Amino acid sequence: MIDTTRPLQPPTKQPLWGRRLLTMHAWSTYVFLYAPIVLLVVFSFTKDTFGVRWTGFTLDWYIKLFNDQRMMTATFNTLWVATISTILSTILGTLLALGMERYRFRGRDGLDALLYMPIVIPEIVMALALLAFFSFSFGIIQALTGVTLRMNIWTVIVSHVAFCISFVTVVVRASLKGFDVRLEEAAADLGADTRTIFWRITLPLILPGVIGGALLAFTLSLDDFIISFFTVGPGTNLLPIEVYGRVKRAITPSINAISTIMLAVSMLLVFLSQFMQRRADER
Amino acid sequence: MAMVPSIEAPPDQTQRRNRSLLGLLAPGVLWLLVFFVLPLLIVIVYSFATNGPTGKVIWSFNLDSYRLLLTKDLYYNAYIRSFVMGVETTLICALIGYPLALHMVMAPPARRTVLLFLILIPFWTNFLVRTYAWMLLLSNNGIINSVLVAVGIGKQMLFPSEGAVLVGLVYGSLPFMVLPLYASLSRFDFTLMEAGSDLGASIVQRFLRIMLPLTAPGLVAGSVLVFIPTVGQFVVSDLLGGAKVDMLGNLLQRLFTRSNPPNWPLGSALALVFMALLTIVVVLYFRSTTEEDR
Repeated sequence: MIDTTRPLQPPTKQPLWGRRLLTMHAWSTYVFLYAPIVLLVVFSFTKDTFGVRWTGFTLDWYIKLFNDQRMMTATFNTLWVATISTILSTILGTLLALGMERYRFRGRDGLDALLYMPIVIPEIVMALALLAFFSFSFGIIQALTGVTLRMNIWTVIVSHVAFCISFVTVVVRASLKGFDVRLEEAAADLGADTRTIFWRITLPLILPGVIGGALLAFTLSLDDFIISFFTVGPGTNLLPIEVYGRVKRAITPSINAISTIMLAVSMLLVFLSQFMQRRADER
Repeated sequence: MAMVPSIEAPPDQTQRRNRSLLGLLAPGVLWLLVFFVLPLLIVIVYSFATNGPTGKVIWSFNLDSYRLLLTKDLYYNAYIRSFVMGVETTLICALIGYPLALHMVMAPPARRTVLLFLILIPFWTNFLVRTYAWMLLLSNNGIINSVLVAVGIGKQMLFPSEGAVLVGLVYGSLPFMVLPLYASLSRFDFTLMEAGSDLGASIVQRFLRIMLPLTAPGLVAGSVLVFIPTVGQFVVSDLLGGAKVDMLGNLLQRLFTRSNPPNWPLGSALALVFMALLTIVVVLYFRSTTEEDR
């Protein structure tokens, strides 16, 4: 998505003081961006029971975390939600991207607009709409069939898929832009059927884009707080919601520790996605 | 949805093409219709319904919720505060982000990759974690207060406060401003600046007349990416503002999940008016910036 190519012409006539000023500004901005994160990591290893100052090194908070049943269940649930919603939204999003990029049809512009809606709409509006929807439709189902449905981990998964589809579609569509359709035509001329063409030609070529989309979906689902908060029933615990609940009560070194782990996972995902994008760009 | 082929093709081929197109689009479109469009329509229905005494929705339709929105200061103030905070955050992000993106673009390629990467990490990091990091910094016994004590100013109550919310919002949204600006600036032809300079334009003139108009699309995209989530958020104002800083998101959250009793019709009306106002603001903004281009 981001262009890392060189600028058209490196600027030469910029006055020296201007560049110095820009450099100083950039450095202070990076300090502003990273100081809080770095301190968070540092304070996850401090002996201080309030977790806000350095009083010596310890791994106690991490050990405590792994023995914290609530936190572990929440983590497991969150990973489960992210995995299932990533798989579903990647499949649906990739199919949509193929349909949108390969075909011209009536209603394409309308569908284009619909696909962008979940990206631009304020998350809280989508969240409360889903809550209203589940409550409303569960009420109807109960009235019609007598079956009582409750919001649980599956309502969260369904909701996450609904907002991840659009993001996956955007990323996969971008990777389809430079696709050489003649490769598929050549395969068809050589007698390959549609299925073979998809699995042997199309998918391998767009795979970096698909994986990029999947990583984005995974990150979005893993980090999502607002939509999860509205669509999870009272019985299910998710990591961002558990962390939010604890943060509201007090700052503790355990929260520093779980935050540090979440940070590390995010960084890993950035590395992976950048790596996939590099590979896509090289082609 | 009717699928009409744009190229003339034999009938059986057209049929096969339509079937495969349907197979590609139908699952995703269906999902979005049921779990995105339908929920929004249901919110519209709820906004005209009546809230019962225990918070149970009664299906008799009227305009009471909308009337309540117009008459109570609480809601009016939340709208004003949310939009003002949104504008402030967007402006600060633009002022910090533009020079930063410029610095990134002007850096040598290897360094640029690192600089970009350093923006991407906070971009992908959990919003909650990043907000929490500021709670640590600003807390009563936190680093900033230790410094303040050390230099003799003494301990300050740094959060919850509106200032803390603003810092948290800028911190959370900055990468969303920098990335589109970076994309825009990396396509900018810097020889134009030299041409301007050769023709005698001052650096301020060159920036305002050449660089800014040509990178406006990045600025517009960044502003929208910062503004919309900021106006609707409730996590930052909840954690860093306490009960002092009530934004729309906080009201919506309470009306739907917490308040005793809840009021879904009112919350729905609040959300719909919010969406309408947001659309107006964003459209006006787009219009004003595209006119400047001409």
